[in-house]
Amino acid sequence: MTETAQESSHHESPHESPAEFKKHLSRYYVVFVALLCLTGITVGVSYLKLNRPLAITVALIIASIKAGLVAGVFMHLLDEKKVIYAVLLLTALFFLLLMLLPSLTILEVFKST
Amino acid sequence: MNPTTTPTATGNGHAHDHDHGHDLERHGHHELPFWRKYIFSVDHKVIGIQYAVTALFFLLFGFSLMMIMRWQLAYPGQPLPLFGKLLGETAMPGGVMAPEFYNQLGAMHGTIMVFLGVVPLAVGGFGNFVMPLQIGAPDMAFPRINLASYWIFLPGCILMMAGFFMPGGAAQSGWTSYPPLSDIATSGQTVWCLAMVLIITSSLLGSINFIVTIVQMRAKGLTFWRLPFFVHAQLVTSFLLLLAFPPLEAATVMQLMDRLAGTSFFLPSGLVVSGEQLKVAGGGSPLLWQHLFWFLAHPEVYVLILPAMGIVAEVVANNTRKPLWGYRLLVYSVIFLGFMSFVVWAHHMFMTGMGTTMSTFFQTTTMIISIPSVVILTCFIMSLYGGAIRFNTPMLFATAFLPMFAIGGLTGLPLGLTASDIYLHDTFYVIGHFHYVVAPGTLFALFAGIYYWYPKATGRQMNATLGKLHFWFSFVAINFVFMPMFFQGMAGLSRRLYDPTVYAHGRGVQALNVVISMGAWGLGLAQIFFIINFFMSLKNGARVTENPWNATTLEWAAPSPPGHGNFLTEPIVYREPYEYSVPGHANDYSPQFKAEG
Amino acid sequence: MSDTVIPYMVKPHPVTGIPNGKFGIWLFLASEVMLFGALFSSYVLIRTGAPHWPPEGGLSSEILNVPLATLNTGILITSSITMVLAWASCKLGELPKFKLWMGATILLSFGFLIVKYFEYSHKFELGHYPSHDNFYAVYFTLTGLHGVHILGGIVVNSYLLGPGSKLWATDREHFTNRVENAGLYWHFVDLVWIFLFPCLYLL
Repeated sequence: MTETAQESSHHESPHESPAEFKKHLSRYYVVFVALLCLTGITVGVSYLKLNRPLAITVALIIASIKAGLVAGVFMHLLDEKKVIYAVLLLTALFFLLLMLLPSLTILEVFKST
Repeated sequence: MNPTTTPTATGNGHAHDHDHGHDLERHGHHELPFWRKYIFSVDHKVIGIQYAVTALFFLLFGFSLMMIMRWQLAYPGQPLPLFGKLLGETAMPGGVMAPEFYNQLGAMHGTIMVFLGVVPLAVGGFGNFVMPLQIGAPDMAFPRINLASYWIFLPGCILMMAGFFMPGGAAQSGWTSYPPLSDIATSGQTVWCLAMVLIITSSLLGSINFIVTIVQMRAKGLTFWRLPFFVHAQLVTSFLLLLAFPPLEAATVMQLMDRLAGTSFFLPSGLVVSGEQLKVAGGGSPLLWQHLFWFLAHPEVYVLILPAMGIVAEVVANNTRKPLWGYRLLVYSVIFLGFMSFVVWAHHMFMTGMGTTMSTFFQTTTMIISIPSVVILTCFIMSLYGGAIRFNTPMLFATAFLPMFAIGGLTGLPLGLTASDIYLHDTFYVIGHFHYVVAPGTLFALFAGIYYWYPKATGRQMNATLGKLHFWFSFVAINFVFMPMFFQGMAGLSRRLYDPTVYAHGRGVQALNVVISMGAWGLGLAQIFFIINFFMSLKNGARVTENPWNATTLEWAAPSPPGHGNFLTEPIVYREPYEYSVPGHANDYSPQFKAEG
Repeated sequence: MSDTVIPYMVKPHPVTGIPNGKFGIWLFLASEVMLFGALFSSYVLIRTGAPHWPPEGGLSSEILNVPLATLNTGILITSSITMVLAWASCKLGELPKFKLWMGATILLSFGFLIVKYFEYSHKFELGHYPSHDNFYAVYFTLTGLHGVHILGGIVVNSYLLGPGSKLWATDREHFTNRVENAGLYWHFVDLVWIFLFPCLYLL
């Protein structure tokens, strides 16, 4: 393990001892199991043949939880530097705008018909 | 300690001459083989120059397409002397331009000028060459990705050119490539899409590199508020490229699917082509392309203009010998412009049957976005006030940028309001408007940049007389090109008309088409001064020291041209970027890199 | 390659707290979000504009093979954790373990592509090409583009497992950073699939 951690205050940075680091590994397994379970749930729910709006809502909520787990734990977003949060915030903003695009178009269709 | 460069190390045209003397830490291969040094180089300066030269070539090429096209507009149906025969029987049967060829020229002119000319020059060229120098970095953060960026861009350009040799010729659905027309066009359009995927990928790689470099690699003491305005402009531009280009990439992939795999992303049900129903599944939406295209292309407009504003800021501050007026205001405006540019795209689509709620929203945002543009322009004009202005060639171009951009910007307002846009939409007025922004606006600023940084890149000055001739002839000619277009547009003349004289209202303004064409050819001739100057000065230009313009920003601390690794000693920044004529100082400029002014 | 010394290639920048590579990969992922965002957005628009979805009637889950896709979801999730473990092994200084986990990640990614191959070829046997209708157009375009990203991941990971691992001998920290960045990309590809799976197969 290299010892020069510079001014970094990241708690996962090299000055954490290997033993401590190993302890953290358990959370990856927890997330792994959770992801498998959620996959099972979302497939299971799809066999219930809920009405479409409800089915879409449930599936998207489950997908968002899964995505949150992957991003938060596997990609370490729960504990990341400000500059990355800033970039992602900006991206999220424009991403939302992009997702508004269909509804903007549909709004027109309803108006014209 | 004195972090300034020694004046003795300059006045020499060869980069590696300095390296041998001063390069203590670097070891091993001083002399890279030719192909690593000039062709597949990882040095940001070489890549910047590669981008700039490629872009200049395509600017000339794209402009030539238009000069041919202007013949048909000025003298519809008459054979083009000399060149007419050279272009072949399919394009110009009997020397008269075929309508299909006319459409190809129009589509390719727009594509080449925007994606292969102005953006690569403003961002790839100036951004790559100047930005790392201005922030005191030895190179870009990812030199090899920078190399990849250029070498993805160049095949993209070549592929785009290959379109002309496809059966049926190059893309002919306009630079916007609106479906369903583009979906059912000849194979040139497929090549267009593939080339666009490469060009977009290249600019994504470039923008990632730019952002990381600006954030991570600034010299000691170079805080956010000490960055030259050009760097701020490049940073915002990079974010626009990063976030706005991918939707067009997605749209281009879908158009490729439509064309190659027979899908119907952009093809509605029951589409009839040449009297026959098209045999596709249907169910797609042509409007989807327009949304995705303009989601990119409106930020793209600011990708064209922001680096130009950055260059004008540098040149104006340097040649008025006083600090930029409202530096912080400029920075805030440019960031606000960047944000707003994402929420105005649908003002290109007022004629698509959009509802009033939506058009009101986009009218409002469009009016709002004009405010920071006016703020920026006002700051530049205020910077001129009371200055002891040096009217050298870069300054002439930068000064001309101000009124030209103002005309371009102000004529845009009627297009942003639905009531007037319904009349003016897709007329020559629109052409006049955006060309005023991009041609005498951005391109003049880019010329200013070339004249301003040429000494840094080559170690030699460009000829001032030829430069002034280039400026004055271009300035006069370009206004003859674009000013009459406003009158034609207000007379109702549509763009993309192969023969304007088929309409009575077109015949009324046909005389202006002759004026415009003469202006365009004159503008073409005026560029000869520039081409001669550009190449002659490489050999015959007066040699310069590291700071020929007595400027304050960091790129002038490096030798001209800078060697490998850019700076002889690590630069340290002591002050804000534009400290000119500070009272009580001996010189009228206090460089950022000198401890005492 | 270049003998110019680039600052913060390995060590984190004192202000931002991250090295260049990590910042770069996050910016790249930001652009990827916009790329897939545009495709999802187009999907929503085309779907809401259609009188029936899928246009030929029935349900997505009856047309597409849900069990195979569920298997693929499992494969990708597993490959994500093996990727994390590969990085963790680097952190702990255990190169052999890294090679093991990285090898597993690459095998799993091939597994994903093989399952995809069976899915695709079954559709082709039935004569269901992308041109069939917009349901298939969306399905093939989105999963195809995702597949290309998987391929890209395989290339990067194989490089890190093979010739790229020589860096371990000279600069462990740099190599670990590279594995982390490859991991970030890999998890993102997983994340895209997490949305693709319900949107295409289940709804």
